[in-house]
Amino acid sequence: MEKFVRLTAKACPLTQPNINTDQILPARYLKWPRSRGLGQVLFQDLRFDAEGREQQNFPLNQPTWRDAKIIVAGRNFGGGSSREAAVYALYDYGIRCVIAPSFGDILSQNAVKNGLLTAVLPEVEAAELAAAIADDPALPVTVDLERQTISHDNLSYGFAIDPVSRSQLLNGWDDIDLTENHRDQIEVFKAKDRLGRPWAIPTTA
Amino acid sequence: MSEPLTLIDRLWSTHEIARREDGAALLWVDRHYVHEGSFHAFSQMKARGRQVAEPGLTFGVSDHYVPTRGRDRAIANPEIAAMVSNFESNATQSHIGLFGLRDPRQGIVHVVGPEQGLTLPGLLIVCGDSHTSTHGAFGAYAFGIGASEVAHVLMTQTLWQKKPKRMRITVDGHTTVGVAAKDIALTIIARVGADGAQGHAIEFAGRAITALSMEGRMTLCNMSIEAGGRCGMIAPDANTFAYLKGRPYAPKDAAFDRAVAAWSALASDPDAAFDREVTLDAAAIVPVVTWGTTPDDALPIDANVPDPARETDPARAAYIREALDYMGIAPGKKLSDITIDRVFIGSCTNSRIEDLRAAAAVLAGRTSKVPGLVSPGSSTVKRQAEQEGLHRIFRAAGLEWADSGCSMCVGINGDLVPPGERCASTTNRNFRGRQGPGARTHLMSPAMVAAAAVNGHLSDVRPLLAGRKL
Repeated sequence: MEKFVRLTAKACPLTQPNINTDQILPARYLKWPRSRGLGQVLFQDLRFDAEGREQQNFPLNQPTWRDAKIIVAGRNFGGGSSREAAVYALYDYGIRCVIAPSFGDILSQNAVKNGLLTAVLPEVEAAELAAAIADDPALPVTVDLERQTISHDNLSYGFAIDPVSRSQLLNGWDDIDLTENHRDQIEVFKAKDRLGRPWAIPTTA
Repeated sequence: MSEPLTLIDRLWSTHEIARREDGAALLWVDRHYVHEGSFHAFSQMKARGRQVAEPGLTFGVSDHYVPTRGRDRAIANPEIAAMVSNFESNATQSHIGLFGLRDPRQGIVHVVGPEQGLTLPGLLIVCGDSHTSTHGAFGAYAFGIGASEVAHVLMTQTLWQKKPKRMRITVDGHTTVGVAAKDIALTIIARVGADGAQGHAIEFAGRAITALSMEGRMTLCNMSIEAGGRCGMIAPDANTFAYLKGRPYAPKDAAFDRAVAAWSALASDPDAAFDREVTLDAAAIVPVVTWGTTPDDALPIDANVPDPARETDPARAAYIREALDYMGIAPGKKLSDITIDRVFIGSCTNSRIEDLRAAAAVLAGRTSKVPGLVSPGSSTVKRQAEQEGLHRIFRAAGLEWADSGCSMCVGINGDLVPPGERCASTTNRNFRGRQGPGARTHLMSPAMVAAAAVNGHLSDVRPLLAGRKL
């Protein structure tokens, strides 16, 4: 997994609340292998109409924001389905950080496993940031995970992220490798647990 | 004296193998359910040259892409056919238990697991599906995970997790006739918001919760994710144990009795502290329907949809305007004046035998004014419903009686609501495009869907229940 330490890039505002994973990646694309290019169908039904024409008012279709690497979203971004392909779609489009007042729990977890930062900023500050970008679309925004700050010009906000996600992103840790270090503990746990909770093993039907 | 514990504290500590400095814990997984969507995870596993660590604790169920009609024929769409066949060959190659398309026990994973006695109190259960919260109805710690976590569980039977905060939702008192578990769930979601329980494990408690059947408890825990909670749970009791006794994979005889003794300790201590408490009065809950595009847009059936012109918060007004525009509803319209184009009864939320009975009790001797589809939660539920003659009631009403799968809840098997059509649905998500591009979904209980079918518009089911045996 690619580390996330610091990023300076253009940011696209997408401020309506409750953009769920069905909006990020509609279910009909879930059978696509990642190699087919999930980035091209990111926000498909928001970005395009039923005939496949671009929706002019959708922010990511604005010339300046097409290559944004940061999204400034509304409350409850990525709630709903557990589909990790929603994160693949964001990442493969080129998004590396989403800033929002809150995120769906499963999306945040999936994001961390793929090097995508979900940064929590209070509602008022997120709105202020979105307004600043709307005023100056090409404004470079810097996200610093070590210092936990989001900044542009002379403004700087502190953002929240749980320490587990932070350490994983900063180190680019691979969960499987980490778990391998605990192989002995797993075996000890398993042996003890089978005695303590014999009912937890399914009986043969 | 030791500190009082909540149910989630007890479930968590039983499964903790190791803890990192940053607070993440490595947890043991007792049951891992997989479905056709797990292909990313199987690919990740194969790319590492690894195998399934605990095939005996891993169970595959074909549900998301399976056809609900014409199972005697090959699946026409080659991409959908490949999703089912690739999954079933992954499962077979990995030697995991499989409830495949042709299995008489096949159904929706969140119906099959409990039905087969695989879901038990005290277990940690995961599945690459957000509605895994359903299994919490048995006093299990059950939550949905993404593909990378599915791959991790396949390879190690463990998972790194951060401990959730504790939230208790207490529903005191008694519900009135015509109020179902779905109405309780939607009322709770409307109260706390679609993100209200983010970061929390929800424990449902109170007299109205313990009064629910296991089916009702599953409906409620299933919808925890719609309030933002990754899991919901209910302490196991005599109802739970009675449901599990004699199920194929559950402990048997003396082992069952010993298990019940252990399960009986799975409760929150009376003086245990929660990070957040919410209390509702069951008597005040009425049949509800959703009007908008998130599940917290739920209102009593006798209400009117909101009017953005009367909203003081401009952001909220903009949301209401967009949602009503998508839904094709005039601001301020009376909910019961909204006509529908079709109905759907099914999904992991509301497709169990009790749900089908509730809908059939309303439909018996009546006809539906609109077309509709009934997809039982499992092939087992289907057989039971047919033994009870429920299928005849649905067919006589003009609804289609189909096979079991996720079907029109997510539409990826091809069961779609056409663009612009309005569906009264027993499912869990009224998101834009959820039941198909441009589809308009109103969520409600099975009895309320039946009432909408009979009248052709959203309706209060209670007048239709007069004189009926429930």
